[in-house]
Amino acid sequence: MSIASALSFFACVAIVAAIVYFGLAPGRHAARTRIAASAGVAAVLLVTGFAGGWSALVGERPEMPLLPVGEQIDRLVDWLVVRYGDFLGDINNWIVHKIGFFERFLHQSVAWPLMALLFAAIAFHASRSLLLAATVVVAFALIWSLDLWTPTMQTLSLMSVSLLVTVAFGLPTGILMSQSDRFRALMTPILDFMQTMPSFVYLIPVVMLFGLGTFSGVMATMIYAAPPLMRLTDLGIRLVDKEVIEAATAFGATRRQTLFGVQIPLALPNIMAGVNQSIMMALAMVVIASMIGVRGLGQEVLYGLQRQEPGAGFVAGLSIVLLAIVLDRITQAYGRRLAAHRQVVH
Amino acid sequence: MGDIVLRNVTKIFGPTPARLLDQLRAGANKGDLLAQTGHTIGVRDVSLTIEAGRCFVVMGLSGSGKSTLVRHLNRLIEPTAGEILFDGKDILRFDPDALRRFRRDRTSMVFQRFALFPHKTVLENAAYGLNVQARDRAERRANLEKARHWIARVGLAGYEAQYPSQLSGGMQQRVGLARALATDAEVMLMDEAFSALDPLIRREMQDQLIRLQTELKRTIVFITHDLDEALRLGDRIAIMNDGAIEQVGSPEDILQRPATEYVARFIEDVNRGRVLTAGAMRLEAVIVGESEPPEAVLAKLHGQALPVAYVADAEGRLAGAVTESMLRGAAPAATLRALAQPVPSAPASLVLERVLPLTLESDLPVAVVDDAGRILGMLPKDRIIAALAAHLPGPGA
Repeated sequence: MSIASALSFFACVAIVAAIVYFGLAPGRHAARTRIAASAGVAAVLLVTGFAGGWSALVGERPEMPLLPVGEQIDRLVDWLVVRYGDFLGDINNWIVHKIGFFERFLHQSVAWPLMALLFAAIAFHASRSLLLAATVVVAFALIWSLDLWTPTMQTLSLMSVSLLVTVAFGLPTGILMSQSDRFRALMTPILDFMQTMPSFVYLIPVVMLFGLGTFSGVMATMIYAAPPLMRLTDLGIRLVDKEVIEAATAFGATRRQTLFGVQIPLALPNIMAGVNQSIMMALAMVVIASMIGVRGLGQEVLYGLQRQEPGAGFVAGLSIVLLAIVLDRITQAYGRRLAAHRQVVH
Repeated sequence: MGDIVLRNVTKIFGPTPARLLDQLRAGANKGDLLAQTGHTIGVRDVSLTIEAGRCFVVMGLSGSGKSTLVRHLNRLIEPTAGEILFDGKDILRFDPDALRRFRRDRTSMVFQRFALFPHKTVLENAAYGLNVQARDRAERRANLEKARHWIARVGLAGYEAQYPSQLSGGMQQRVGLARALATDAEVMLMDEAFSALDPLIRREMQDQLIRLQTELKRTIVFITHDLDEALRLGDRIAIMNDGAIEQVGSPEDILQRPATEYVARFIEDVNRGRVLTAGAMRLEAVIVGESEPPEAVLAKLHGQALPVAYVADAEGRLAGAVTESMLRGAAPAATLRALAQPVPSAPASLVLERVLPLTLESDLPVAVVDDAGRILGMLPKDRIIAALAAHLPGPGA
């Protein structure tokens, strides 16, 4: 390993440690975590401080970055593409095939009135409100009459798959975060990264690895949409009344019995709020995902932009909003249903 | 069934509690320790014996460490030092598995804010302690039946399918009580179980607990900040202050012989009339048989501060009373049976508040009798008044 790559490896560790340090809640973490994080901060300060002092003394600026982190990441991704590109491509094709099947099922096999009725039924089941069911039918009829049914179903299928993947990863991660303070301290900066890093930044390597298309879209959507679910799962479990948990322990429940029998059921309203947030975030990714070749409403918006047809862009955007409203109201109604009998009342 | 014995149990909260034990033993006080080291004393060197089958009340103000202490008994909190023996076994040596079994089988708990599972029905809540150890569905169903029985016992029959949020506070705590009773655990830990309830409901729950306890004879450790409640429920009472025990004793001990200034200040406002019983306050009386000659009785009464003799029949039951002056003025041939005057009597368990009106019936001291009517002693009017006014010389004085 060259000196540069070793240096950048240590730089990465130091940067992560520094981020962890700023993420630590004061006075609540083990001394070891604190020392490691402080060492990271010290390393970053020392290296940049020395380099700054050196360039000031010598009066020359370094030709390449002091910490060639970017270069090393390039090399890592290149290596991955060369080594595993074919394998990842196969996975990609297989998954795209599955999603494609789902997609075709949604907009070819099921007639739109049937679909509208199905969603209206779900909405009624969630809310017991005819008004909401009617709203769903109206929204779907509007989308159909805008002649955007096919892209809407494409988007809906991508959303469903992304959401499935997000829940499959996000829920266990959130549960683990609630069980271990150390794991939570590690995940918090990572989640900050996932939420605030501009999506294009991780779209580049994802596209290099998986190629353009649906699967990359699913990956990018998951990265963006998973954090709220993880955070709210963790928070929901941690917010469960301490005395109720104490009661479970006092009656001899194991940790697993307490977690699955008491904590998670009581955290469900918060977890549902996390799912709701994830859906909204995933919808926000639709347009960006269209730039890496994901078909659907995002693509329609993109066409509108490229061909300078504001009308086309608007109706596609309107369809996204309608879809968002339908999904939001349904998940919120389920959240409210779950909240009944889950609050401690005195 | 075994007694619970605590030996020198100490709990210090903070990052390095073990280092501070010596300082604590040397008598460092709570405020200094907190200021110098950031540690809080929860429980300070408590040694106690909690008798099996009795109701032991730990009483103290908030922050006195009573809730911390009770959580040591099922190791929801681990002590910094000390031993907790149950049936002679140190429960602090239990491994996690043994501890879980101990919690399931031997102890149960009732919480101040009920701590019911809001997502489970009343029936499921009551069956929780049983179902935690259930292996299959058949067992679960049997447990629900057992829980149904206890729900009926606490007076909630018909509410099995409701959720806790649909019940009032008092009803919720009944569910908590049913949940604790259902496991048949011999030790029931009750942490301020009735403190969150309205006074009327609280009294009702206390009555219910007393009724259940006369039948079930569980070992109850009851935590409260309410002295009246402590005196009402406790066979024995421990008074805690700043993590340490100030005094342990029967309710009468506490009221009549406060061991420390703190306890004395504490009991100042107690309505003694409702706590002290005729039996506890009685004086020794001169008791004579119906057939004894009056002269012999006179001789017995000579020199007594209160020249009254109580006449007992052949079974020892109260027949009446005679005074010195009545005996002196009597005809020579009169028998005690003829001389004896009716005298008010009070069962030993009657509280002074209820004894007081009896003194209006006669100038003679009230006779204190047991359940069968046998004479145990006497209770003069001025002694009752002195006891109520808290100016009480020790018994026999």
